Amino acid sequence: MATTDAAPPAVVSASDPMRPEPFVVRHVTRETGDTFTLTLAPVSGSKFRPFAPGQFNMLYVFGVGEVPISISGDPARPELLVHTIRAVGATTRAMQKLEKGDWVGVRGPFGTAWPVDQAHGHDVILISGGIGLAPIRPAIYHVLLHRALYGRVVILYGARTPRDMLYPKELREWRSRFDVVVDVTVDRATMEWQGAVGVVTKMVQRSPFDPSSAMAFICGPEVMIRYAAQALEQRGTSPSGIFVSMERNMKCAVGVCGHCQFGPWFVCKDGPVFRYDKIQRFFGLREV
Amino acid sequence: MTIHSFEKILGEHPFFRDLPGPHLDTVVGCVSNVVFQPGEFVFREGSAADRFYVVREGRVAVEVFVPNKGPVTIETIEGGEVLGWSWLFPPYRTRFDARALNSVRALALDGACLRTKCEQDPGLGYELLKRFAGVVISRLEATRVQLLDLYGND
Amino acid sequence: MKPGDTLVVEARDLDALLGALRERGHALVGPTVRDGAIVIAEIGGAADLPVGWVDQQDGGRYRLERRNDAAFFGYAVGPHAWKRYLHPPSLVRWRARRDDGGFVAEPDTAPPPRYAFVGVRPCDLAAILVQDRVFLGGPFVDPAYRSRRESAFVLAVSCGSPAGTCFCSSMGTGPKAGSGFDLALTEVIDGERHELVVEVGTERGAEVAAAAPHRPAEAADLYAARTVLAAAEGVMNHALDTEGLKEILYRRYEDPRWDEVAKRCLACANCTMVCPTCFCATVEDATDLGGAGTERRRVWDSCFSQEFSYIHGGSVRTSGGARYRQWITHKLATWHDQFGVSGCVGCGRCITWCPVGIDITAEARALRQGEAQGSRP
Repeated sequence: MATTDAAPPAVVSASDPMRPEPFVVRHVTRETGDTFTLTLAPVSGSKFRPFAPGQFNMLYVFGVGEVPISISGDPARPELLVHTIRAVGATTRAMQKLEKGDWVGVRGPFGTAWPVDQAHGHDVILISGGIGLAPIRPAIYHVLLHRALYGRVVILYGARTPRDMLYPKELREWRSRFDVVVDVTVDRATMEWQGAVGVVTKMVQRSPFDPSSAMAFICGPEVMIRYAAQALEQRGTSPSGIFVSMERNMKCAVGVCGHCQFGPWFVCKDGPVFRYDKIQRFFGLREV
Repeated sequence: MTIHSFEKILGEHPFFRDLPGPHLDTVVGCVSNVVFQPGEFVFREGSAADRFYVVREGRVAVEVFVPNKGPVTIETIEGGEVLGWSWLFPPYRTRFDARALNSVRALALDGACLRTKCEQDPGLGYELLKRFAGVVISRLEATRVQLLDLYGND
Repeated sequence: MKPGDTLVVEARDLDALLGALRERGHALVGPTVRDGAIVIAEIGGAADLPVGWVDQQDGGRYRLERRNDAAFFGYAVGPHAWKRYLHPPSLVRWRARRDDGGFVAEPDTAPPPRYAFVGVRPCDLAAILVQDRVFLGGPFVDPAYRSRRESAFVLAVSCGSPAGTCFCSSMGTGPKAGSGFDLALTEVIDGERHELVVEVGTERGAEVAAAAPHRPAEAADLYAARTVLAAAEGVMNHALDTEGLKEILYRRYEDPRWDEVAKRCLACANCTMVCPTCFCATVEDATDLGGAGTERRRVWDSCFSQEFSYIHGGSVRTSGGARYRQWITHKLATWHDQFGVSGCVGCGRCITWCPVGIDITAEARALRQGEAQGSRP
């Protein structure tokens, strides 16, 4: 089982990390009720920025504020910057009103990445819930683009109801491939739903992968991460092969404002992707 | 279908794994093979709970019929899992609907038959109750997590 | 004159030394009496220093009293620290104007100020070196901090009169200035004699010292300075036992002590405001009334505030106990793993300026005892 001592290395941003650069909205997609996707392109003068799957940008709405949002596009096509956003506060609600042609300020990319290179030769399980599919989608794109480098590929996704599923068209596309296992479940079914109903962890128990050498990427609410990691460990996956994406309040994104601390780590620069065994201890503690 | 192949099938099913040989033989005596077509009810709410099912293949929706809404699926049971525990306790009546969502192959175990055998052989009873307790516990835990509505708006 | 040299400046010539700094384009910033406390502000010369004042400090208590001599530096530290000037409480990061449906963010182009920090105590000097690690030592270097830091002249003063809450000797940060200064003074005042024994730290310091009236230090002068410092060391009433403290705190996350502190702590954030190493900040985006221009300011923040750890739906640290735990565990434990050094320099400000007198050394001791007794939550 390949292990590393440190979390995956960060990709350093080339631009001034403190000042947002203007990007223009090329496309807005309404996903589910409060979730939408912005496709951004650099305005002349701004450069497009290559990113690694799992990284995030700070997105700025003029005069309103700035929030950290994971990049959810294809790392092989960084000229289109894709962000899936959930409207939960003042800034994200302002973003919800943006239209094609509006400008958004972008700082980044920041943070550590999913270890897609380390996973070569291993089975890869990508587990997500709710909007957690957005930060993991770049890793899915990357793994599927380089499919031959990996063992079995399993995508497990849980949503609240069938109507709250993110990227349903893509989930169906991935599912239709012969070399990927896709299992989707919901907490609550609608009348038409003929798929699985139940928690994501149940799918972990039933999934076809070799636990002793698999690497798992988990993204979603912390409670979901905890239970999914437990289910993986019960099946025999080592915690050093499990990687999770954490979330905390962020203001600077470069490790000097103190807001994103989680134990000794700054989620903005030591994360958001962490190797589970390193942080496992803190996962069990309250209010850390 | 000979009894030997039931033994093999049951013995390999996760639910009955490691059940001691003599107990497995007893259980096999209460087994029959069943198949459900897509959409067919495995059992209806309120009916006599005289069987439980060891699902081999397919997906069964455990449903509640809500007036003005229709059937609401609360959980789906797949191959490798067990369906039905109301046969264990009085009044031995099912509490939910169970409907096959696709072609379902299962083994049906005669509840009344097994209850009698468990009364006669407490060792067998303990082995079965241990396993059912495990099923109920993990379903309860999973249901609690579903109730948390983790992906919902806060 | 070179680094390592020692010299003596007469008290009456201190002003000339400060004048030499002014002539070289430094704005003098140093201790001065204002509103019943010794604060740090821009000063004109030696006369603005708190001549003849001493501070009485204890948990939740600060008073100034008159000394019976005319010492320039006969006190310890007040509520201000040098971070006010290196990491200002409010700083414009950039300004933006709306432009053809879009905007451009321009950095603040005002030239950074050139300071001379007069009277930096050894604990505060250590604190500056700690903040150097935060703002200059990581992958991101804060340009605002760097420009202020590089141009700031550091005139350190070793302590002859530690206050009631000081514990620098147990932290290894004082009462003598160790390194990182341009010039370091020890004030010797004894009847008629009033001199400053000066140690040169850098070339820049040597050049300034040479410009003021002075004489080379002799063995007797150095002895007098050492005596002052030895006396200071003996006077401290507080101590922090740092032996294994990081590991202890890492194991004490569920100690019942946190609930106990929570009953006393008001989460007023005073400790974080006065602490010379606390660096947490937030950003404020402010638009002018017309909506065409906006500026982003970096503003001091505190981990004690309810919103500090807010993510959609709620804060991670809602209880007061969890927020106190965050502050002290960061200061004394996780800081080591982040920056390779303790976050605490033993200045005692958090004890003095806490309205209820919570004592960081007592809390650390209680947690150590909790560990020894194997207390469970």
